Amino acid sequence: MKLKEIIEKLQLRVITAQGGFETEVTGGYTSDLLSDVMANSQKGNIWITLQTHQNIIAVAKLKELSGIVLVKGREPDEETTNKAEEEKIPLLSSKESAFSITGKLYKLISEKKIDA
Amino acid sequence: MEPENGFIQEFKVKGGDFSKAGSISTEIKEILQEVGIDSSIIRRVAIASYEAEMNMVMYSRKGEVSFILDSVKILIKTSDEGPGIEDIDKAMQEGFSTATDEMREMGFGAGMGLPNIKKHSDEFKITSEIGKGTNLSITFYLEQQNKQ
Ligand SMILES: Nc1ncnc2c1ncn2[C@@H]1O[C@H](COP(=O)(O)OP(=O)(O)OP(=O)(O)O)[C@@H](O)[C@H]1O
Ligand SMILES: [Mg+2]
Repeated sequence: MKLKEIIEKLQLRVITAQGGFETEVTGGYTSDLLSDVMANSQKGNIWITLQTHQNIIAVAKLKELSGIVLVKGREPDEETTNKAEEEKIPLLSSKESAFSITGKLYKLISEKKIDA
Repeated sequence: MEPENGFIQEFKVKGGDFSKAGSISTEIKEILQEVGIDSSIIRRVAIASYEAEMNMVMYSRKGEVSFILDSVKILIKTSDEGPGIEDIDKAMQEGFSTATDEMREMGFGAGMGLPNIKKHSDEFKITSEIGKGTNLSITFYLEQQNKQ
């Protein structure tokens, strides 16, 4: 499923998406612990978190994640946005909780897999 | 020990500098991709080098990372000047962390870094001296049959 479809269906706000919206999202990972995301996320996953510090961009880049969704309307630090632009990591946000966004995303992606 | 026909690159780490944190691991990853190393190995190296780099940023005053690539292996060595680790066995346990509240707020402090370095590498050595610093040696074999 393409990133743009997820942005549309989950009504995510785009903070930056220098890499474009055509990235393929392979699944999602929800966690606020960087070591956990480092060890357990898969390439192409979209990462759902309340962490807003710039270190999330390095993790997303190293793991080749398809984007980051900040939950509960959290605003990224300025350096985070700058780094996301530089590294072309799509940075998105939602007013909803991690639980709710994760549930919706899970449903969306599994329905898509059944269709295919 | 000089690797035969090997490639060596050294990096410096400044303790407490979160603005560049992760850049060494990213550079190492890019080198490995350029050389055409298998992506499953790159993934393991990225996890281990990131955790080693972050620990130096978090706990040490300063340190160095050397990255060595030869025909059989990838070797990452770190040495830092810092507080050292009092009880290495404890530090190696998943969940053990002395991260400050501030670090935890940034998403560090799960106590998973060192265990994950060990889990994702073929060989892992850690030595530490209280009040001096910590050294890691992390090896990945390019071919699994070269594993000891
Ligand atoms: N280079 C180092 N210098 C001094 N102490 C260290 C160093 N590396 C690790 N430690 C100690 O070992 C503990 C465990 O490290 P580990 O990387 O496993 O977890 P963490 O850094 O606390 O959390 P996480 O890596 O999950 O964010 C640290 O909390 C710290 O006390
Ligand atoms: Mg750590």
